[in-house]
Amino acid sequence: MSATVIPYDVKPHPLTGMYNGKFGIWLFLASEIMLFGALFSTYVLLRVGAPEGTWPIAGSPTTRGDNILQVPLAALNTAFLITSSVTMVLAWANLKMGSFKKGQQFLLVTVLLAGAFLVVKYFEYNSKLHHYAVTFNEHFDRDGVESKSFKGLTQAGTEKTIHYLWGHVEETKKDADGAIQSYLFMPDHDTSHGGEGHEPKAVEIHPAEIARMTTFGPGGSSFLGCYFVITGLHGLHIVGGIVVMLWFLLTGSKMWKTQPDKYANRIECTGLYWHFVDLVWIFLFPVLYLL
Amino acid sequence: MSDHSHELPFWKKYIFSVDHKVIGIQYTVTALLFLAFGFGLMLVMRYQLAYPNQPLPGVFASVLSEPVVGEVTVNEATGETGKVLTGDGYNAFGAMHGTIMVFLAIVPLAVGGFGNFVLPLQCGAPDMAFPRLNMASYWTYLCGGILMLFGFFVKGGAANSGWTSYPPLSLIATTGQTIWLLGMVILITSSLLGSVNFIVTAVQLRVQGLSFFRLPFFVWAQLVTSFLLLLAFPPLEAAGLLQLMDRVAGTSFFDPGGLIISGVERNSAGGGSPLLWQHLFWFLAHPEVYVLILPGLGIIAEVIANNTRKPLWGYKSLVYSAIFLGFMSFIVWAHHMYLTGMGTTLSTFFQATTMIISVPSVIILTCLVISLWGARIRFNTPMLFALSFLPMFAIGGLTGLPLGLTASDIHLHDTYYVIGHFHYVVAPGTIFAMFAGVYYWYPKASGRMMNEWLGRIHWFGSFVFINAVFMPFFFLGMAGVLRRQFDQTETLHGAAVQGLTVMATWGAIGLALAQIPFVINFFWSMFAGQRVGANPWKATTLEWTAPSPPPHGNFDAVPVVARGPYEYSVPGESEDFSMQATA
Amino acid sequence: MGSSAHEIQGHLKKYYMVFGALLVLTGVTVAVAEFHVSIGMAIVVALFVASIKGTLVACYFMHLMEEKSMLIWILALCALFFLMLLLVPMFTIGEQDAGLMERMRGLSPN
Ligand code: HEM
Ligand SMILES: [Cu+2]
Repeated sequence: MSATVIPYDVKPHPLTGMYNGKFGIWLFLASEIMLFGALFSTYVLLRVGAPEGTWPIAGSPTTRGDNILQVPLAALNTAFLITSSVTMVLAWANLKMGSFKKGQQFLLVTVLLAGAFLVVKYFEYNSKLHHYAVTFNEHFDRDGVESKSFKGLTQAGTEKTIHYLWGHVEETKKDADGAIQSYLFMPDHDTSHGGEGHEPKAVEIHPAEIARMTTFGPGGSSFLGCYFVITGLHGLHIVGGIVVMLWFLLTGSKMWKTQPDKYANRIECTGLYWHFVDLVWIFLFPVLYLL
Repeated sequence: MSDHSHELPFWKKYIFSVDHKVIGIQYTVTALLFLAFGFGLMLVMRYQLAYPNQPLPGVFASVLSEPVVGEVTVNEATGETGKVLTGDGYNAFGAMHGTIMVFLAIVPLAVGGFGNFVLPLQCGAPDMAFPRLNMASYWTYLCGGILMLFGFFVKGGAANSGWTSYPPLSLIATTGQTIWLLGMVILITSSLLGSVNFIVTAVQLRVQGLSFFRLPFFVWAQLVTSFLLLLAFPPLEAAGLLQLMDRVAGTSFFDPGGLIISGVERNSAGGGSPLLWQHLFWFLAHPEVYVLILPGLGIIAEVIANNTRKPLWGYKSLVYSAIFLGFMSFIVWAHHMYLTGMGTTLSTFFQATTMIISVPSVIILTCLVISLWGARIRFNTPMLFALSFLPMFAIGGLTGLPLGLTASDIHLHDTYYVIGHFHYVVAPGTIFAMFAGVYYWYPKASGRMMNEWLGRIHWFGSFVFINAVFMPFFFLGMAGVLRRQFDQTETLHGAAVQGLTVMATWGAIGLALAQIPFVINFFWSMFAGQRVGANPWKATTLEWTAPSPPPHGNFDAVPVVARGPYEYSVPGESEDFSMQATA
Repeated sequence: MGSSAHEIQGHLKKYYMVFGALLVLTGVTVAVAEFHVSIGMAIVVALFVASIKGTLVACYFMHLMEEKSMLIWILALCALFFLMLLLVPMFTIGEQDAGLMERMRGLSPN
């Protein structure tokens, strides 16, 4: 394409032991460490500073993320990513050993695993976005459904009783002008009045009774904000990885024919990135779900 | 290395070029335009400050409209009206002035412009390590910049929470703030692409014989700068993302909850921390000030060595100081936050690190000053700028010490004293270094010299007027005038020193006029400047081995380096300079 | 540089072993969490296990063990700055707010 030949484009530099691309990707990863590092310290800071009883969301019995997140799904995703890391490194190893076909096959498996990760993530996100937390102005009791309550501290340190219910909105009733009249609210099994063994039943709630109503989406609590931003950014990294890998799956053979070493290097760099994405998840999983 | 560039169509050669020199020039020109624009915003503000609530003069009045300016009646009898800057307009202009100057003008000029153009040449490299990434970095920067400017046209005007964008104010600000955040994320991405490229180039693309300690100081300065950009910027990117989420997705990272806006409580889960933003912001923004100054120091070192015709005094101390400076700059950031209620233990730590970091800066300055000792100095335009840089940077640096100690910072924080301090560092400091660099490398980039006399007029005017702008700031600050203030005459202590503010405004107008010779010189010399060969300054470093302007691929033959960067007046040599490249 | 075809053949086994270790350690993390130990203990265990996993990925999949010292230094620098960024904000807020320690104790379940 251009007349200039860049030194150490393919061969490693004697001082650093890396060709340009590899050094470049490592530097990029260093900056990524700071990016995720900042988000991680945000999480720690907010968690340490959270008023009692508000982490991960107002009303949870303990501070662990699994009060509102599904550990099995995340464990499954961990397995997907770890496996994809192995297939990625195998893709590179096979290319290095001269087997293009096997290399590309492993790359394809990596893409598929990454896709599986995203699918699981989609279901996780979706369930959060349709799950509601309602905080009432005062104690709520209608048709046998009672709000739960807990005593929390505000950030100013004063005590405050919070009345709340978690559940799903079955139906939103609006008047002719489109203003909301009431919600038909189905409380979660464990928070409903009936307790274990009883069928929970839906109850009508009026906007005037509600202090705040949110989904378990990013605005639900500090924790959920952290959860969505960090996993969202991580998910974007996965998407980026998929795009790059698909690109190499589609166009790789051309480069392989003329510059097999360079192609293997590209896959190595992609791999470094991909292992980093895996590594981030290895930390995210316990931090967000298990602590 | 044959010159294939002639086969490239125009748009590939000059617009979507992957050649580091073209990209460097693109960066330089774009950044200079942003510099002028940021300065223009400040002129409007200066007018308001000197003549509060008086109609703006014609030029400004004609281009500005609601909500930046408001209509007022000037003359009751005739019904004549005029336009005055509004408070909102002032806030938006102030925030955008800061943002544009720092992120769109100085950094792109110092790193994107000079770094791109000079660094590969001084390393003897044919180009950057990743030419296409380099191109992507420029275009990302341009997109970010245009997006930032687009903020002026959305409802409520551009971002108006200061260049620091402190929450919770910034959380409830108008749409312009969202644009600002998006713009920042894009600009940071551009910086990251650039810094990776710079580091790889400086480490891996040095030609044979060019060991680390034979690198010109400029390359060292750029290398340290790149590390700062690489590791300090991502936390701000994260912070920007979080603030964006706070604004658009209803999260509450920086919102502690219970915020009452116009009588209504902001709907949020609360639990956030406004101080968290300040930490993440200053974690970047302190290293950022070294990003602003280090490349400038690099340029000054080159120019001084060249025009004193002597080796730099203490080259190794310069290098070690720059590295130490870079390292320390990551652990001083909370000195911007003494007044946030920080406890004494931590503030002691940060006072100590702040005092420590001033040591390498002083070493660098001292080395540069001692380099002048006993030299037969050539007083050309680049050298004049370099020489005036030294005392200006000294003033800027020394006035920073009282800000680094809590006892005095309590009084000076958020006053015009602070504004004076950092402008002495960045305006007569960095900008003078940038001018020195433009005059110094112009012949390399264009093959023609800039006019010397226009250059001297430019230097003299700039030097006089820039001091007239910024010197009063120290006195204003010590008199208690606050920064980001729309009209100081509303306070008694402010009204008492209004004269100084008027002086600064006229200084700024003079400064604007003093740039006219530069603009003329810049364009005129492109066509009519005296043609020169490869090495008009009789300099030693590698870029002067390549033809002027260097072709695509830079060097006619890959150079081999035999000696250090500043071997001037070596005893026994026939010339007073010995070039790094062996012939 | 361990990248000739023959050497890589030898690496393959290592990759599979690391893979196995990672899966086992994931199991360990989940299992420990199921015991609902005290929060302090849980943090220590979870982060310790995660660190081992991360180290395995970095050392073997990312070949960090074979890299030269310059890269290691850069990453160490990065780690140091990350720690600063993590700890300083916490300390400032901790100092401002004597109640912090109180609340950190309050993190234990019920
Ligand atoms: C050379 C002409 C310049 C003039 C006359 C000028 C003037 C001023 C003044 C008067 C303020 C205070 C505004 C206020 O507090 O209300 C200010 C703020 C500021 N300036 Fe400049 N400046 C100049 C160049 C620069 C440059 C080169 C930089 C680049 C780093 C810069 C960065 C800033 C920043 C960051 C602020 C703070 C904005 C804020 O409060 O959010 N200025 N400038
Ligand atoms: Cu600072």
